[in-house]
Amino acid sequence: MTADTITPIPDKATAAYIDFQNVSMTFPDGTHAVDDVSFEVRQGEFVTVVGPSGCGKSTLLRIASGLTKQTGGTVIGNPREMGYVFQDATLLQWRTVQRNIDLFAELESMPKKERQQRVAENIELVGLSGHEEKYPKQLSGGMKMRVSLARSLVMEPSMFLFDEPFGALDEITREFLNDELLSLFKSKQFGSLFITHSIYEAVFLSTRVLVMSARPGRIVASFDIPFPYPRTPDLRFGAEFGEIAGEVSHALRGAHE
Amino acid sequence: MSASPETGTGPGAMQASDGVGPEEDVQQAVPVAPPAEKKARTWTAFIGPVLAFLLFIAIWYLMHYWALEAVFDRPAFLITEPDRVIEESFLDGDNRTTLLQGLYWTTVVAMCGLSISIVLGMTIAIGMAQAQWLERSFWPYLVALQAIPILAITPIIASVFGFGFSARILVCVIISLFPIVSNTLFGLLSADRLQHDMFTLHGASRRTRLMKLQLPGAMPAIFTGFRIAAGLSVIGAVVGELFFRRGEKGIGILLDVFRQRNNYPLMYGALLLSSMLGIAVFTLFGWIGNRVVGKWYVSTREGR
Repeated sequence: MTADTITPIPDKATAAYIDFQNVSMTFPDGTHAVDDVSFEVRQGEFVTVVGPSGCGKSTLLRIASGLTKQTGGTVIGNPREMGYVFQDATLLQWRTVQRNIDLFAELESMPKKERQQRVAENIELVGLSGHEEKYPKQLSGGMKMRVSLARSLVMEPSMFLFDEPFGALDEITREFLNDELLSLFKSKQFGSLFITHSIYEAVFLSTRVLVMSARPGRIVASFDIPFPYPRTPDLRFGAEFGEIAGEVSHALRGAHE
Repeated sequence: MSASPETGTGPGAMQASDGVGPEEDVQQAVPVAPPAEKKARTWTAFIGPVLAFLLFIAIWYLMHYWALEAVFDRPAFLITEPDRVIEESFLDGDNRTTLLQGLYWTTVVAMCGLSISIVLGMTIAIGMAQAQWLERSFWPYLVALQAIPILAITPIIASVFGFGFSARILVCVIISLFPIVSNTLFGLLSADRLQHDMFTLHGASRRTRLMKLQLPGAMPAIFTGFRIAAGLSVIGAVVGELFFRRGEKGIGILLDVFRQRNNYPLMYGALLLSSMLGIAVFTLFGWIGNRVVGKWYVSTREGR
């Protein structure tokens, strides 16, 4: 591994910033989903939250994006600057790849010329050239996620919210897309708040991993991941990687009890 | 999470930004059927229906030549044999003209009624999809409308609309409205929750949401409704003509006239025409629907 990497420089002044301060969320039906969660994500940071299913991880993203209003605490951030990538690709079945990627720009009334250019760029960026005119039913799960990603990239968000985007994919495709996501992360320098239940994915991608407990979700541990970027696929098989993954796993198990 | 050897471990196994997508990622949407399978499909698609048709004709002949007299103790002429129906109804020039004119008028009534149902039904459904109180308030009446026997309200219809064309169209609308409302409403309301969230995040207005998310997504359901309603509109037109007989002579009127005159061959000819009209509009709307949504829609009966 080479060391000539740009260490992300956190900068509170930029728009790419999410700050959760003692955030709690209790749903109207009484479900206590999130309890006193505090953390921040800055530009150039890749923060991943791991936790058991149903621990309120996704709720964090919904709160960050403004889709759901927290019942306690404060959230600072700019939802307009955020790209939200859902667990499902949520493609519009009746639109081609190209027109799906165009959707957000269209909804936000971006000038047509700029849209066309950005859409074309991002189709190439996520490796979908040649598939522009296909419909979602003709795509594999991995390709659908690429479309979903490109659709958000068109808006050039400075912060990404990822809700288990690769959770439904097979492991080979998932690792593939992890590698690609990291190249994007490196080239675009966005901030990232990523949700997953895969420890390996979390450690591989992140600058920091937060471990969340079962419901009500609390942050019970935080790990800084020291590996520099770019991270090669080989990293997953190193001893140090295994060690950190082990620690995260341990914390997760502790949180589960 | 196991470190399996084939998970693309080599450095540079993948470069994201070089624009080369993994081709093996592509799924073949329509797998090419092997010859044997194709043969099987020809069998079900072609030979089955032909056999069913032959069976239908055979039963028809059997009724005429044997069953009516031997089993039901009725005169054979009550069910005219198919060849005579064809001969008298469609090979005779005058009779054919009368019947085809009837077909024309019935088609006009059915299509007028269907058009009104489509416009009215979709408007109602869109309204209901926008405001739940509308749905709650008016749904029961729609169900009731659907349950009313037309015969029971013919006097009312006649006293308001007379015995002509407009009364027939009204019957058509009453019969064909419900499937359009229910299918459209179902389609509009079944848009994915996350897709709604997505539209919310990007500041979509109600109108945008309707035009770009709900309506396009509802198209398969809407066309199902159209198809059902199209078949019903033909029934509505014929039934309407049976009651409201002033003016243009549609198939329903002809049916009754021929029955009164004991002209059974022509009566069966009219019956054939009306069922063929029903099949035609049903097929037409199926075809249009397929043209509109077939490219993207994955039906649960894919590969039919």
